[in-house]
Amino acid sequence: MSSLLRFFRGQPPSDPLAPVDPKQERIPRRSSGLGEFTRALAGQEALRILDLGPTSAANITHFTGLGHKYHNEDVLVSAMDPTLVTGTGMNDAVGFDVDRFMRENLNHEAGIFDAVLLWDMADYLPEPLVKPVVARLHKTMKPGGALLGFFHTKDAGPNAPYFRYHIDAASKTKDGLLLQPVWKPGDNKQKTPMFRLQRVFANRHVENLFRDFASIKFFLARDNVREVLVIR
Amino acid sequence: MWKSVRKEDERPATPTPAAPSVAASPPAVPVKEVKPLMEPPKIDSYRADVAHIGKSVLVKGELSGSEDLYLDGEVEGSIDLRGHSLTIGPNGRVRANVNALDVVVHGKVEGNLRAADRVELKKSAILVGDIFTQRIVIEDGAFFKGGIDIQKADAKPEQKAAAAVAAPVVSHTPPQQPATTAVSVAPHPSLLEPKKF
Repeated sequence: MSSLLRFFRGQPPSDPLAPVDPKQERIPRRSSGLGEFTRALAGQEALRILDLGPTSAANITHFTGLGHKYHNEDVLVSAMDPTLVTGTGMNDAVGFDVDRFMRENLNHEAGIFDAVLLWDMADYLPEPLVKPVVARLHKTMKPGGALLGFFHTKDAGPNAPYFRYHIDAASKTKDGLLLQPVWKPGDNKQKTPMFRLQRVFANRHVENLFRDFASIKFFLARDNVREVLVIR
Repeated sequence: MWKSVRKEDERPATPTPAAPSVAASPPAVPVKEVKPLMEPPKIDSYRADVAHIGKSVLVKGELSGSEDLYLDGEVEGSIDLRGHSLTIGPNGRVRANVNALDVVVHGKVEGNLRAADRVELKKSAILVGDIFTQRIVIEDGAFFKGGIDIQKADAKPEQKAAAAVAAPVVSHTPPQQPATTAVSVAPHPSLLEPKKF
């Protein structure tokens, strides 16, 4: 929370909280994982959904329209707080204040969420946070809860866009997404992705990451993204 | 050039042309009395119907009132405008739980928003806290961290009871006080309560 208070004091030039240009294109994409995720929630009401991506009016409208309780927490933005980085490099090893981050983020009661939208956040998180965040999600999810995650199968380079995922409410097959690239604000001529891909998980790494969960199902898409549906 | 002896001409009812050249050509139709141009409501005229807290104002304590409020300053404590609208301007910084009929956010809020009708987050809004309302509108670009609980009108009685248990809104306005917007009625010793889902 205090990291966001620091944001209140002023916005740095490359501020992830800066307003997104609504005119940025949205790329339609079918998602088998989303289809399975939607089917897992079908017929149930008043579920608690945790969306770990950037704020999306479309997602909020979608889930609240279905009668669910919706929670949004853009963990990636919080993870980019420079005050969480400890050390200065050289002789002082650079580290990350994981304890403080976990105190200030994903602070929910145990076993409260029926479903989690991880999107591709795990690919962009600082390395020290990946396992603690997944462990916290395991704790906050109900047994039987569903988690949808995306993992890149290859690094497309430093200019590969970072996407905000919007559920396409108009999709008749209930598996439509609209991908909105998010660029760093400032120079519109040189489009720099808001976040840089940190890693590429292999299948076994993804399985290992969710080893405490009950089951995991993979869906391979054509755009070099591996989708997983994990059951708590 | 536009001198007129008659006092009626001094009334602002008829708009005066900005330059003589504009009125050089005679009108094609007889000049009729023109009503004043209806300008879109600005902050100044809005202020006439709505209480206003300017951007340099800091309020610490319990803020309550019985009229709409435009808040462009800083508030720490709680805000209770049940039955009325609250607009948090682009310079507004609120660290308080809010209870109102409608809440429109352009600025920054850390606290829970409880609106009987609607919450609207504009593209410049930053909200950290939970939202309890019937309807919500979020513009692309708004930042939100927290939970949203959409409460339908027919669920109000149950939810008022639940709300009283889950997140009581402190309001110490004595009944004998006049119904006006009060500022800094009482100091609020504690910060916001921790979020609970």
